[in-house]
Amino acid sequence: MNEEFPQEYGPRWSDQRVERMLGVLVCAVVGLLLAMIATVFVRAWPSFSHNGLAWFGPGGAVDEQLNAIFLSGQSGAEYVYTFHGWPLIWSTILITGGSVLIALFSALFVAVFIVEFAPEWMSNILQPVVRFLASVPSVIYGLLGVLVLVPFIGNHLISEEQKSSVAGVISLTGYSLLAAVLVLTLMIAPLMVSIFTDGLRSVKPGWLEGSLALGVNRWRTTWKIGVRAARPAIVAGTVLATARAIGEAVMLAMISGSVGFAPNPADGLIFIYEPSRPLAPTIVKNIDQLSSPPANATLFAIAAILLLSATLFSLTGYLARRSMAKYGAA
Amino acid sequence: MELSLKAPKQAVEGSATWALSDRIGLVVCWALGLLFCAVAVAIVAFLFVKGVSYLELSMLTTPASAGFSQAESGGFSDALFGTMIVAVMAISLALPTGVATAIWLVEYGRPAALARITESTIEAIAGIPSIVLALFGTVIFSNTALGFLSRSSEGVVFGRSFFAASAMLSLVALPLVVASTREGLNSIPRHVREASYAVGKTKAATVRRILLPTSRPQVATGAMLGLGRIIGDTAIIIVLLGATQNFAPVEEAPFPLDYLRGAGTTLTNFVYEASPTGNLNQPEKAYAAAFVLLLMVLALNAAVDLVHRRARKVGTWSH
Repeated sequence: MNEEFPQEYGPRWSDQRVERMLGVLVCAVVGLLLAMIATVFVRAWPSFSHNGLAWFGPGGAVDEQLNAIFLSGQSGAEYVYTFHGWPLIWSTILITGGSVLIALFSALFVAVFIVEFAPEWMSNILQPVVRFLASVPSVIYGLLGVLVLVPFIGNHLISEEQKSSVAGVISLTGYSLLAAVLVLTLMIAPLMVSIFTDGLRSVKPGWLEGSLALGVNRWRTTWKIGVRAARPAIVAGTVLATARAIGEAVMLAMISGSVGFAPNPADGLIFIYEPSRPLAPTIVKNIDQLSSPPANATLFAIAAILLLSATLFSLTGYLARRSMAKYGAA
Repeated sequence: MELSLKAPKQAVEGSATWALSDRIGLVVCWALGLLFCAVAVAIVAFLFVKGVSYLELSMLTTPASAGFSQAESGGFSDALFGTMIVAVMAISLALPTGVATAIWLVEYGRPAALARITESTIEAIAGIPSIVLALFGTVIFSNTALGFLSRSSEGVVFGRSFFAASAMLSLVALPLVVASTREGLNSIPRHVREASYAVGKTKAATVRRILLPTSRPQVATGAMLGLGRIIGDTAIIIVLLGATQNFAPVEEAPFPLDYLRGAGTTLTNFVYEASPTGNLNQPEKAYAAAFVLLLMVLALNAAVDLVHRRARKVGTWSH
């Protein structure tokens, strides 16, 4: 005890000094994030400035464009930047939107179940199950998708007539929107459940008791009072899960089909069997093209879109959770 | 905190008096709850069966090699060691940084504007897709000034190494460590700090001697959650660890550094490459490697549970 005395009161661990050291570290973390945002956008600039808003629009085959961009960087001729990313963006919207909708529905029911209606033994099982599903690495989900779900869809769900009806346009093998949405739902629903349960648990008991005292049954009380009071948590969970879904790269690279194709809902129900490729997997698939300057710029442009949307979503979630704390619910 | 509706056990109303629509809703709850359990059991059981039938102990000790059939192409020992190296390096970067950030946020946090900016920075980092972190990593570590962290030839820096991958992976774990440590520090009531100041301890000494030891369970939880994310991440590994299946040590460096500066592989990368969409296409070995990876994740989950239960046994502060 005595030997430590001088050290703790000496200049080495003085309060001001510790505060300054920690402050510098925190500033470094903030600086790193700013540097990252700046770097990604600076690198992406050539691709955006050459294409303008057409970057986000449809036009031409996106895979051929990516290839041409890559080759122009290799050959030493003038760089080609023409890129119309709509099929990739559309695929991102479809896959993310689909899985967030399904996950929102099921996560809400499961969270209500865990907090309110499940018998003790059942919620004791469900909570570790949810935590486990959230911690399974995405590559394992991808592997199971490729080896189990995709062949199942390809062999049993898609009929031969459906395959031949679009044979001239695209081949249906099971790598599909459906597979991607299902597996992605499985990945983001546990995240939602854990945030929703936290929100539902922190609803003031008095509010619920008031409703019960009026003779409203437990089911309606939970949905009308509990779920409504926990709305900020539900917004936060949904938005954070959306950010996660947009950024998911490896699993989708494995099972989405990896074709720059925009599935068309006008084709009827068959469009859920059509392959596509969202933005994030496009980076994974073309990562060996980084050495070609125009391809590098294009990949960073995709990364910039992902960075922007994911950051916006996670900051929205953060604000929603802060508002929850303000109402004393957290 | 348990919801109080549940507290008086005998008074809980059954669903017998409910309207039909409410009862259907309850059935949906049960169905989805059981579905979650069934999916989890199916994943574990399926990988367990496949893993036990395809995993051979020799796979854990032999590195991958080129071969025509799955019997000739070796195992994945390099991937297993790679996962361990990456996990140790990344968490030893993320843990001190994360704990220090959390301490600053909870105990110091002045000026308030910087504290708010830091909080949103951590939130933003948590939301950044790892593939974007990976691309950013290629820019940093291809810098000639950082050539000593990876392979370089004739002034061109390769920028892919264990150092590069671990540094970026530590950012994946950072938000989890910060959040968990903050939770721990926040749960210590004010009077504990005041008691420490009253006996003449400085703020720094209070943090070091009282607050950090008390919030050790939460710090450990954050570290383990972070570890889980690190060993499960694939995008950063694919981009920043080099597309190889073996260690590729740098020749000119002394022993540990030559491997750390070189390219390598991890279990997640091996599973990705060995799946039918990867370059190796050896599904049986992919199952075996995925099984090993799943065991690691399960072990981490069990450890988190254990820490939680122990912390609860010790009891919480009375406010």
